[in-house]
Amino acid sequence: MVNWIWLFFLVTGIVVAAVQGNIDVVTKAVFEGAETGVTVSLGLVSVLTFWMGMMRIAEEGGLLRVLSKLLRPVVRFLFPSVPINHPAAGYIMSNMSANLLGLGNAATPMGIKAMQELQQLNPNKERASPAMCTLLALNTASITLIPTTLIAIRLNLHSGNPAEIIGTTLLATAVSTASAILVDRWYRRREG
Amino acid sequence: MFAVLSAVSAWAIPVLLVFIPLYSAFRKVPVYESFVEGAKDGFQTAVSIIPSLVGMMVAISVFRASGAMDMLVGAIKPLLDLAGIPGEVLPLAILRPITGAGSLAFTTDLMKQFGPDSLIGRIASTVQGSTDTTLYVITVYFGAVGIRKAGYALKVGLISDAIGFLASVAVCYLVFG
Repeated sequence: MVNWIWLFFLVTGIVVAAVQGNIDVVTKAVFEGAETGVTVSLGLVSVLTFWMGMMRIAEEGGLLRVLSKLLRPVVRFLFPSVPINHPAAGYIMSNMSANLLGLGNAATPMGIKAMQELQQLNPNKERASPAMCTLLALNTASITLIPTTLIAIRLNLHSGNPAEIIGTTLLATAVSTASAILVDRWYRRREG
Repeated sequence: MFAVLSAVSAWAIPVLLVFIPLYSAFRKVPVYESFVEGAKDGFQTAVSIIPSLVGMMVAISVFRASGAMDMLVGAIKPLLDLAGIPGEVLPLAILRPITGAGSLAFTTDLMKQFGPDSLIGRIASTVQGSTDTTLYVITVYFGAVGIRKAGYALKVGLISDAIGFLASVAVCYLVFG
């Protein structure tokens, strides 16, 4: 499906540009897009390096095992295929906790680390395992407690109550996370 | 409520940074060495994301710059009007899963135009804040481990984005409408 979406964006974009007579836009857009991709990836170097170092300390100190034991019911429910003592369980739980606390910078490295651990349990290295799909679903829905960026923007635009959207965001994020879990379950059953 | 939550957010990382190394040091972990050992993977991981992210960003950039994205949004708008959702926020339903920066810019524009405390401004804030950019997350997470077949992951992400969008609109109507 990713293949089709990618092809669709690229081909429709170029055809529309051609039809509207501004084909020169395309080359510029290609290089801008490529630059964004590299900038974003390299922007991750610092947080990935730092948090992966920190998480290694937590793993060797046994903290990840403590975390996944504390949250054992959650692991069992969401990731039945992951052994509770496997480091993957600890990384998944720390990724979810970081998302909950609104620590976007820390959540991504922990999520990637969790993916890497899940990849080791994955029998087919090119195809996403069910556990990997669940982790991804949780992160695309991304439970958020405080949408800090938006509150800051609303403050700048002189909102009478910039934080009033916390409640609605919380409800909406709960609904989308719950539906991500349900839809993921449904597809997992259907394919498994 | 907000004060408490933002205090938790501000304190969480400093507290973690004291707690993790201290706890592990008591458990006889050579903390600095294990930090360096783990951190080695960071650069490699970031670099391994570059190909997927460049590919995706180029396609999205072409799609937006050519005006194709605007056409898609224009085509879907009448459908939303039918459902009684303010047509102005509709483009967000399409932008949000595709581009985080693009949808944030659009949300900011809406709030400038209609005011942050209008129903449209509130709905846009809620949509923007309640979910992450599905295409970006899938590209980064699966790119980092070299997954080629994403299976049903993308469908799950997009379906829950659509449900999340409708939920945001409904919740805002109930709370502010």
